[in-house]
Amino acid sequence: MSEVPDTGAEVPQSAAARLFDLRVLIGGLFLVYGVMLTVAGFFTSSKDLAKASQININLWMGLGMLVIAVFFLGWWRLRPLRRDEPPPDATGTGTGQ
Amino acid sequence: MLRLHVNPFDYTILGIYFALVVAIGVFARRAVATSEDFLLSGRSLPAWVTGLAFISANLGAIEILGMAANGAQYGLPTVHFYWIGAVPAMVFLGVVMMPFYYGSRVRSVPEFLLRRFNPPTHLFNALTFALAAVLIAGVNLFALALVVNALIGWPIWVSIVVSALFVLAYITLGGLSGAIYNEVLQFFVIIAGLVPLVIIGLHSVGGWSGLQDKIDHTKLGAAAFSTWGGVGAGSWTNPLGDWIGIVFGLGFVLSFGYWTTNFAEVQRALSAKDLNAGQRTPLIGAYPKIFIPALTIIPGLIALAVIPKLGQPKGELTYNNAIPLLMGRYLPNGALGIALAGLLAAFMAGMAANVSSFNTVFTYDIWQTYIRKGRRDRYYLNVGRVVTVVGIVIGIGTAFIASGYSNIMNYIQLLFSFFNAPLFATFILAMFWKRTTPWAGIAGLAAGTIGAAVMHLVGYHIGYFYPHHVYDPTHATINAQMVNFYGAIAAFVADLVVTVLVSLATKPKPVSELGGLVWGVPDPNAPDPASVPKPVWWKSPKLLGGGALGIVLVLSIIFV
Repeated sequence: MSEVPDTGAEVPQSAAARLFDLRVLIGGLFLVYGVMLTVAGFFTSSKDLAKASQININLWMGLGMLVIAVFFLGWWRLRPLRRDEPPPDATGTGTGQ
Repeated sequence: MLRLHVNPFDYTILGIYFALVVAIGVFARRAVATSEDFLLSGRSLPAWVTGLAFISANLGAIEILGMAANGAQYGLPTVHFYWIGAVPAMVFLGVVMMPFYYGSRVRSVPEFLLRRFNPPTHLFNALTFALAAVLIAGVNLFALALVVNALIGWPIWVSIVVSALFVLAYITLGGLSGAIYNEVLQFFVIIAGLVPLVIIGLHSVGGWSGLQDKIDHTKLGAAAFSTWGGVGAGSWTNPLGDWIGIVFGLGFVLSFGYWTTNFAEVQRALSAKDLNAGQRTPLIGAYPKIFIPALTIIPGLIALAVIPKLGQPKGELTYNNAIPLLMGRYLPNGALGIALAGLLAAFMAGMAANVSSFNTVFTYDIWQTYIRKGRRDRYYLNVGRVVTVVGIVIGIGTAFIASGYSNIMNYIQLLFSFFNAPLFATFILAMFWKRTTPWAGIAGLAAGTIGAAVMHLVGYHIGYFYPHHVYDPTHATINAQMVNFYGAIAAFVADLVVTVLVSLATKPKPVSELGGLVWGVPDPNAPDPASVPKPVWWKSPKLLGGGALGIVLVLSIIFV
């Protein structure tokens, strides 16, 4: 490590623009969980039903999670990340390439 | 027995979640090239992500289990922590304070104090914050281990080490982005885990009116449903004490201090992609915060209604176990796995939020400012990584200490509350009174800290803070919350008075050094306000903030 002061000329470029889209991940996780729980909901035993106050909670939770999955995946498909979308910030750490 | 009957289906759900937690860290690694990428996500995130992370960083499992415990113990007055406490402070941060934080391009809350005041004020705040953050990370880790031990039977030390390794994996790789992405994911999973508990619980007790009937027959009684009942000054019977303590101590001083100056929170807003997104971060977080009581306080009340002996001082039936007890009682396998994943994720998020703010303050405010100045950015990126590992190792150490002496941790948390209480007074004067001088900063903070400590010591000897105003020489029945609220008021007043007096006696900074830091002193480097495009109407901070306050007002009237 040399003692060269950080003059700004050598500042490496931010790689923040390469961050992946979180919506895919949330949608994907809830899709997997939603399918698992919905399927489990079709095989709910009467013991489990009694435990949950006669509500087939796995089925309802599974369906609810599928709705959330569709919301996030749909949002991601309809409005994909576009790097030029935000107005260039005048103070500029450079999200636009 | 509290042990949950977890089967392979639940373990599969947990396994998928934990694999994803690490995957986020691995994928976020690609987006880290500079120290600011690592410590502030390169200031690139959209507002909905930072907003949910803002709320999630606070939605650790200690918060969830603790608020459910408060719900079972005190009933609906617990909503004061949300509606009087958190929401107005979050709106104030977004609408009023963010322009100073984000606009001045500081990288941390202590850095704001450095530019506005002087190095002693900065160092005082940076050190107390950094120390508190790693210790609280350890407390979270220990709490996690306790729950894992109780619920699925892993030994305490195994849980501590394994969960620390998961946190280590995703934040040394992905940095703040790894932490924030996991927080957002955790937000949805914890909600998915808690909603079924509320639905099944309410259904089984016969709905809201059935719950009220059942609570009437418990030791809490009908007072559980009155948020503002018994808050008369001088004759309080409300479990949180009188309205002076609630409105000024909790609402004004403690909550504003926590939400507007705690860097673990503000850091999320600083990582947003522009000023408008930074302002909207706490405002977007405020909306879920309004409704989270439904997922914490109501389960607490349901637990009180359906579990006859809840509220033992020790053992399984403590108030803190309200939510785990309901999980075991109501949730079949599958739903149970989701709830468990949410709870474990919440503990890890509580730890990760503290470690990821600790590494930023330590790297920028202590190492770069006082120890090794002027190196290349690459050097500070590496320092940030090493400090992250060190922070986690200290957290593990703290967790082991806590497992031996749980009372020590209570004292440590109390001690740090003395440092936090006066912060809001200092910030409000710093931002709105340009006469406030550098030396007034440190003097005010010190005076406020002493004020909080003195009030705490004296309060235990004042009969007014005991139920029915009867002094109890053993201090067992003291209303500790109320003393805490009054201690915060004392800290605020002491800080305010000393800061003003010292300011009048010492030399202020020249106005040229205050650009962008103080109300009415524009930053000469900032873009011309006329050239910045106005955001679309639904992105207006004032509108979002006003909307959140309006909802809180209506809810407060309904549940008065």
